[in-house]
Amino acid sequence: MIQIHCPYCGETLPELEFAYAGEAHIDRPESPSAQTDEEWAEFLFMRQNVKGPHFERWRHVHGCGRFFNAVRNTITDRFYTTYKAGEPRPDLATLLEEDNK
Amino acid sequence: MSKHISSLAPSVVVDTAAARVAVSQMIGRISLRARTNENGGDLAAVGKAIGVALPTQIGGRAKADGIEVACLGPDEWTLLVSLEQIEKVEDALAALYPSLPHSMTEVTGREVTLTIEGPQAAELLSIGAPRDISSIKVGQARRMLFDGATVVLWRDSETSFRMDVWNSFASFLATTLETGAKELAAELA
Repeated sequence: MIQIHCPYCGETLPELEFAYAGEAHIDRPESPSAQTDEEWAEFLFMRQNVKGPHFERWRHVHGCGRFFNAVRNTITDRFYTTYKAGEPRPDLATLLEEDNK
Repeated sequence: MSKHISSLAPSVVVDTAAARVAVSQMIGRISLRARTNENGGDLAAVGKAIGVALPTQIGGRAKADGIEVACLGPDEWTLLVSLEQIEKVEDALAALYPSLPHSMTEVTGREVTLTIEGPQAAELLSIGAPRDISSIKVGQARRMLFDGATVVLWRDSETSFRMDVWNSFASFLATTLETGAKELAAELA
């Protein structure tokens, strides 16, 4: 089973306690009514569908209940890091380098 | 106070050499969500109002006369309060609302507590919990998964636990624990 580190609980726990919640760092447009249909559809539906390291949201649904962000390799399922919601996107090159050590 | 309609009645579910599982007496429950705000509202004020300081570490617990608190999330607590005191606690929290806006919900009728104790209590819990039970230290509590349902597990000693479960899952989880306790006892024999 995959073990995921919850940045709020500070514990590494089984995947079963967590729920995947889609791609991370997608900002809702400030004024939706000013958006064209194409821009709105882009925000709602279009995702990167990354093969490899992916920035994504998870929720510790059977625990503290918090949403947080993670960087996971979609091929190997390896989690490079997890961090609290609202924190800046970590530098991917640094993460991969640290992981290779 | 919300009425309990379909709760399990207080009784012993199973009593074997491995573990004893019982349904506890009804107790008052409050779900509290709050956080320190920019206008000077402080969580310490909650502690003063209810008579016990809120633990801030997830899994932390605090206890005073007739009231017990566990921290479930960064801004979420569950309060177990004796039925005589629950209205007083609710009033004290409501009085705080103007200075510290928060969400306080009385959920007495939502859950029932199972007590699990005995030499193999921790092993019994491991049949339904994906997480390592030994990672929950004595004197802590956690919200976690048990056999598909979200529960709050309180560890009171190495071999005694309390499990708060929602009514709708209670009889199912009690059956799981009953089966497990019997199997563990059969292995001992």
